[in-house]
Amino acid sequence: MTVTADGPLPEQTYDVAIVGAGVVGCAIARELARHPRLSVALVEAQDDVGQGTSKANTAILHTGFDATPGTQEARLVREGYRLLGAYAAETGIPVERVGALLVAWDEEQLAALPGLAAKAGHNGYTETRLLGTAELYAREPHLGAGARGALHIPGESIICPWTTTLAYATQAVRAGADLHLNTAVRHVARADGHRLSTSRGTLHARRLVNAAGLHADTLDRVLGHRDFTVTPRRGQLLVHDKLARPLVRHILLPVPTALGKGVLVAPTVYGNVLLGPTAEDLHDKRATGSTAEGLAALREQGRRILPALLDEDVTAVYAGLRAATEHEDYRIAAHPGQAYVTVGGIRSTGLTASLAIAAHVTRLLAGTGLDLGPAADLDPLTMPNLGEAFPRPYQRPDLIAADPAYGTLVCHCERVSRGEIRDALRSTVPPRTLDGLRRRTRARAGRCQGFYCGAAVRELFERGQTGGDTP
Amino acid sequence: MTTVRRTDVLVVGAGPAGLAAAARLAAAGAGRVEVLERETQPGGVPRHCAHGGFGTWTRPLTGPGYAALLTDAAERAGATLRTGTTALDWGTGPVLTAVGPGGPETIEARAVVLATGARERPRTARLVPGTRPAGVCTTGELQQAVHLFGQHIGTRVVVAGAEDVSYAAAGTVRAAGAEVVALVTEHPRAQTGRTRAQAARLVHGIPLLTGTTVTELLGRARLSGVRVRHRDGRTAVLSCDTVVFTGDFVPDHELARRGGLTLDPGTRGPAVAGSLHTSRPGVFAAGNLLHAVEPAGTAAHEGARAARAVLDFLAGAPWPGPGVPVTVEAPLRWIAPNRVTPGARATRHVLRTGTPLTRPVLYVRQDGRLLHRERPRPATVLPNRPLPLSARWHDHVDPEGGEIRVSTT
Repeated sequence: MTVTADGPLPEQTYDVAIVGAGVVGCAIARELARHPRLSVALVEAQDDVGQGTSKANTAILHTGFDATPGTQEARLVREGYRLLGAYAAETGIPVERVGALLVAWDEEQLAALPGLAAKAGHNGYTETRLLGTAELYAREPHLGAGARGALHIPGESIICPWTTTLAYATQAVRAGADLHLNTAVRHVARADGHRLSTSRGTLHARRLVNAAGLHADTLDRVLGHRDFTVTPRRGQLLVHDKLARPLVRHILLPVPTALGKGVLVAPTVYGNVLLGPTAEDLHDKRATGSTAEGLAALREQGRRILPALLDEDVTAVYAGLRAATEHEDYRIAAHPGQAYVTVGGIRSTGLTASLAIAAHVTRLLAGTGLDLGPAADLDPLTMPNLGEAFPRPYQRPDLIAADPAYGTLVCHCERVSRGEIRDALRSTVPPRTLDGLRRRTRARAGRCQGFYCGAAVRELFERGQTGGDTP
Repeated sequence: MTTVRRTDVLVVGAGPAGLAAAARLAAAGAGRVEVLERETQPGGVPRHCAHGGFGTWTRPLTGPGYAALLTDAAERAGATLRTGTTALDWGTGPVLTAVGPGGPETIEARAVVLATGARERPRTARLVPGTRPAGVCTTGELQQAVHLFGQHIGTRVVVAGAEDVSYAAAGTVRAAGAEVVALVTEHPRAQTGRTRAQAARLVHGIPLLTGTTVTELLGRARLSGVRVRHRDGRTAVLSCDTVVFTGDFVPDHELARRGGLTLDPGTRGPAVAGSLHTSRPGVFAAGNLLHAVEPAGTAAHEGARAARAVLDFLAGAPWPGPGVPVTVEAPLRWIAPNRVTPGARATRHVLRTGTPLTRPVLYVRQDGRLLHRERPRPATVLPNRPLPLSARWHDHVDPEGGEIRVSTT
C-alpha cells in the first residue's frame, strides 16, 4: 500500500500512469488494480484525491433520463448509474433514492414536460410520471407558490461524492496501485514509453491515461491533440443547515429552457439542503471562489422554489468548476500509436458514470495492446458512513460498547466521534489537511464551523499527523 | 442496549446558566439534579475567556476562574455533572436521549432546563464570498486554540467586528504574539466602552475601520488577505493570514427546535415569559439560549431564576399558558423575555438595537393602546449593547388582547 505526497518518485516504469485522481481517475485506477500483474500509478497535482470538480458538484446519482440520446455520455451514465448503485450498497457509500421532480413554473415549462418524458424513454428510462399541482404540493408542501406541475423521476438519487472517490482510491491502493499526491505533470516526452516530468521529478510509464479533468485539454495538447478545449463553468452552491432538511423531500430540478438550466434545490445525504448551482463560463481554471452576485442570485431563485429555506443558516458555500467543452458529449478516445487514452469533457455526470467510464477505458487500454493479465476480485471494503439515512457510529450501541471512542463526540453539530477521526487519520488514504479530515468525517462541517470544536479537532489532527498518540 | 435512567431535574448545558440552575436546585432539595455537558470540561464559554470581567466587583475573576467557581458551587450543592455526554433528542414529555462513552441512554426527568447557550455565526452564515482558505475562524475557536491548546493561529489577524467580544478576540491575538491588522465594523463607531476602544487604538495601535465590511476572502491553501469596502465605495485589500469573525451571536437552539418548542422570531431562542417556562410542559430555558448574548453573570442569575420556577413546578404549580407575545419594531432587533403573563412575578426586559440610538424613548403598545413610555439609560444605545426596559407596565396588559409592540417612535 503506497501513498506518497513528497520526496522523489519511484524509478520503476509503471505499466499505466493515470493523470488525475478525481472520481474518474480513481475509478480507472481501481478497475486496473483488479489485474494484479499490472503496475499502476495514479498521479495527482493536489494534496488529496477528488480535489477538483469531484468535490464540488451537486452530489446526484443520475439516471441519465435527460442525456442526449445516442451519446456516449447517455450510455455510460445509464451503465454507471446501475454499477455505482450496486457498488455503493456493497461498500456503504450513502445513497438515498429520493427521486427528482422537474418543476414547471410557467406554461412553456409545463409544455416541455411530455417531451422530457419522451426523451427519458429514448434513454431507456420509462418510470417518469407527470404530476398535477395537487400531487406536486402534496409531495412538497413547502414548495413556493405558482408551480404548474412536475415530471417525477423516481430513480434520481443523492450520493456522497467524497466517499465514492475515496472508496475507489482506497481499493486501488490496497490492491497495489501507487498514489502520488502533490505531483503536477508539467510535460510528457516519448522515450521508450512515456516520460512524465512532474513537480516531484520524473515518472516512467508504458501507457498513459489522461483523466486530468479541467486540465485534460492542456495535457492532450502536450501529446499533440487538439480535439477539445475545456472552458471551466463555475457553479456556486449554498449548503443549508440540517434543520432545513424537513423542508424538502425530492431533488427539485428546474426545467431546462432556452434561457439556461436554472438552479436546483436538493437534499444531501448528510442531511443538508443544497441550493445551486450558478453557471458561469470562465477562463480561469482556478477561479473556485464564490461571489456576492452569484450568492444573491441563488438566494433570489431559492426564495421562489422553497421560501422557508432562506430562513435557515448557510453552513457552507462552495464553487466548483465543471469541465465543459465545445462538444455535447464526453471526449474519450484511444490513441494506440501513442499508447495513450484521453478521458476528457467529463462533465457533472462523471460521478454517476465513473465505474462505466473505468470499464470502458480499461477496454480501450487493452485495445492499445496492453496485456491486462488475469483479473482478481478486490478485497471487500466498508467505508465509514457519513449519511444520515443510515446509522452513524454514535447511533450504534454495539460499536460504542466495543470502543467508547465512538460515543465521545468531538464535533457536536455533525456528531462526529473521536473514534471516527482516529480511524480517518489511520486510513489507507489519510487526510493531509483539516479540510481533508472534514471530507472524510464531516468534522467542522456543521453550523458552528469550529466555534465549539475547531481547536479540539485540530488538536486531534495534528497529534495524528506527527505520528503521536491518537486517543 | 439503551440504558434508561430517572432523575428529578435534568439540566442541559454546564455553562453559567445551567450550573447556576443546578446549584440552586440541588441546594433547595429538588432531589436528584443532573447536568449534561457535551464538552469534556464544565463551565461553558467562560472556560476559554482568559480575560477578566467575570465575577463581582468584590471578587473579580477571569473566565476560567468564574467557570471553576460555578462548577464547584454546583458540585458542592450536590448536583451531578456528566461531561462528555451529548443530549441528542427528545422522548415523550421531559425525556431526553443522550450518548456518551458509556453508550446511549434515555433520561426521564420531572423537569428539564435547557441552557445550551449561544455561538457566533461563522463566515458561511454571514455569506462572505471568496475562496475557502485555512485561517478563518470565530472568537470561540480562536480562544480555545490559544488558551486551551496553545496552537499557532497565524501572524497577521483581521478582526471582523468592534464590540466587546471583538476586543476580547484582539486581546487573545496579541496574547498569542500575533499582530492585529485592524478591527473592521460596518457601524460608525466601536460598540464597546470608550476606555476599551481608546486603549486598543492608542495604547496598542490597533486601527479601527468604521463603516467598513469584509466583502471577500482571498488566498488558496491559506488566507492571504481580505477585501474590505467602505461605505463610500472605496475598497482595499488588508493583507493577513487569519480573519476572526466575532459577535453576531445566535442561540444554539437545535435541541429546542427538535423538541418543537415555540421559538421567538427575534431572538431565535425559545419564547418565554419572565418565569422561563417554554411552550413544552416540564421544559424550562435559561441563559444565552434565550438572548444571544448577555454577560455570563446575567445568564447565571437567570439560571437561578429558572430554578425557582422549577421548584414551584415540582411542588405542583400548574404550567402557565403561553402569555401575550411581545415584539419589537425596527431598528430594534429583539426583546427578551418575549412573553408577558399578567399577574406573574414581573422581570425586566432586555432589548437590542440594530443602529445606534441617541436619547431613545421606548413606547410599549397593545392593540394601538399606549401602555408605557420609558427613556432608558444610558442616553446613547449602541448595537450589540444591552438596552433595558422595565416591567412596570405588565399590570396594564390585557391578557386577552393582541401582541405587545415595543418601538422607538
